[in-house]
Amino acid sequence: MVDNDIVFQISNINAWYGEKHVLKDISMRIKQRKVTALIGPSGCGKSTFLRCLNRMNDFIHNFRLEGRILYKAQDLYSPETDPIEVRRTIGMVFQRPNPFPKSIYNNIAYGLQIFGIKDRAKLDAIVEDSLRKAALWDEVKDNLGQNGLALSGGQQQRLCIARAIAVNPEVILFDEPCSALDPVATAKIEDLIMELKNEYTVVIVTHNMQQAARVSDYTGFFMLGDLVEFDDTKKIFTTPANKLTEDYITGRFG
Amino acid sequence: MKSFLDRRSRQRIFERGIHAALLLCASLSIFTTIGIILALFFETFDFFKEVSIIEFLTDTQWTPLFVDKHFGILSLVAGTFIVSLIAMCVAIPLGILCAIYLSEYSSPRFREVVKPILEVLAGIPTVVYGYFALLFVTPLLKSFIPGLSGFNALSPGIVMGIMILPMVSSMSEDAMHAVPSSLREGAYALGATRFQVATKVVVPAALSGIMSSFVLAVSRAVGETMIVTIAAGQQPRFSLNPLVPIETITAYIVQVSLGDTPAGTIEHKTIFAAGMTLFIFTLALNLISNWLKERFREEYR
Ligand SMILES: Nc1ncnc2c1ncn2[C@@H]1O[C@H](COP(=O)(O)OP(=O)(O)O)[C@@H](O)[C@H]1O
Ligand SMILES: [Mg+2]
Repeated sequence: MVDNDIVFQISNINAWYGEKHVLKDISMRIKQRKVTALIGPSGCGKSTFLRCLNRMNDFIHNFRLEGRILYKAQDLYSPETDPIEVRRTIGMVFQRPNPFPKSIYNNIAYGLQIFGIKDRAKLDAIVEDSLRKAALWDEVKDNLGQNGLALSGGQQQRLCIARAIAVNPEVILFDEPCSALDPVATAKIEDLIMELKNEYTVVIVTHNMQQAARVSDYTGFFMLGDLVEFDDTKKIFTTPANKLTEDYITGRFG
Repeated sequence: MKSFLDRRSRQRIFERGIHAALLLCASLSIFTTIGIILALFFETFDFFKEVSIIEFLTDTQWTPLFVDKHFGILSLVAGTFIVSLIAMCVAIPLGILCAIYLSEYSSPRFREVVKPILEVLAGIPTVVYGYFALLFVTPLLKSFIPGLSGFNALSPGIVMGIMILPMVSSMSEDAMHAVPSSLREGAYALGATRFQVATKVVVPAALSGIMSSFVLAVSRAVGETMIVTIAAGQQPRFSLNPLVPIETITAYIVQVSLGDTPAGTIEHKTIFAAGMTLFIFTLALNLISNWLKERFREEYR
């Protein structure tokens, strides 16, 4: 059965760092233009799982993955797959804002320039468009030459989102994007994520359950490398099928 | 109770002794440095009572040991310059490539093994490099460049470049290694290749450290003595031709120090004037290097 709504079809993946088994037989389907949240206590493998989706674990020397991840019917880990194309199509925003030590403009233009876009007018247009989509344009439009590191944490994170949007991805992965931010900045990013799902597929790791409940359509609960439960967010937060999920969301541990 | 007090006072005397000994060691090196600078300064001052600064800085000949004496430091500066330039042409590109490889491409294992080995290379006595240049590299080069003299700037320049390469690569690699991996990840997540991440993210972010390694390397090349004394010749020449014998400031100082020039004569004082020139160059380079480091320290968090 081919379902056009499914972008990621993850089948029985296992992952190790050296001898340490951190993802255990995980299968999941992630739907297009929805927000999928991954929750669970820290150290349970959420980031590792997320980074499997755009091959960011390739850089970790002792990392090993088994199983299959299909992205729209293409095997992400087959030898014919170009990891550069994968990362370009499936963008990522990290836990700590990590703008380049460059101007705001160049932070966004960077990703375009490495693909050979040099035309100034085109760059200008994409920079503005990306900053607007990241809800940052009004705050920085008069200061595009300013160093990205001079922005506040929340602005830096939105700059990183703009940077990811600029290269025109289909999916954006967020790894605890608000964990270093104050509540006001967090609310802005959450609003933004709900905007983004109109155009992009979003997968977000968070260990803030309210955040998962607010922004996501589907939620997966991880524990100790297992995917304990994966379902509609509403169902997970009202009538979870698994006792462990219920304990976690009611704050009994973690 | 009495013995308790006793011990404490003995302890206190010991502590004071340690303090005094350490202070002595520290002052020893400071006073030595001050002594050297003062000696250089006074002898140079004496020298300039007999030779005008104008001649020193503008004459293009340096022949203090001949009957027809000229005191144009420019000839020695030109020799120093051409050798250092050749050394940097070797050390900078290779050093930065090594650093990029070690920091961005190699596995952590490989890096752990190779880096200490590179640093050992830097510990080979320079006299060994000197004879390597004279007896191996020069004959080798002669087979490509027929016009090459037995003593020349090219061969010691290349060998000196190889000698300072580990310093450049090690310091640049340290600077690149200190760039937070979050910056690399940010670029990789945009679909950058390893090469793009290295050249467009890591090197720019580590630029101050890399530049300061270059400047220190120049300073090392300018002050390097043994290789040029052995392989570059003893003919001060106001020329940038790398194929003919030349003389550097350092090699000149060695030549006079080892000769039988009596102290107090103008010939002997020239080594202090030359030494002062060298000191000013290397001091300036070290200051620039420190300034680069300070100036760009907050490039990233
Ligand atoms: N680079 C690494 N090398 C070795 N172990 C790692 C590495 N990264 C993460 N781990 C381990 O893998 C497990 C899962 O980590 P992670 O995916 O970061 O969890 P989470 O994001 O849910 O907090 C943890 O036990 C962590 O210590
Ligand atoms: Mg994590």
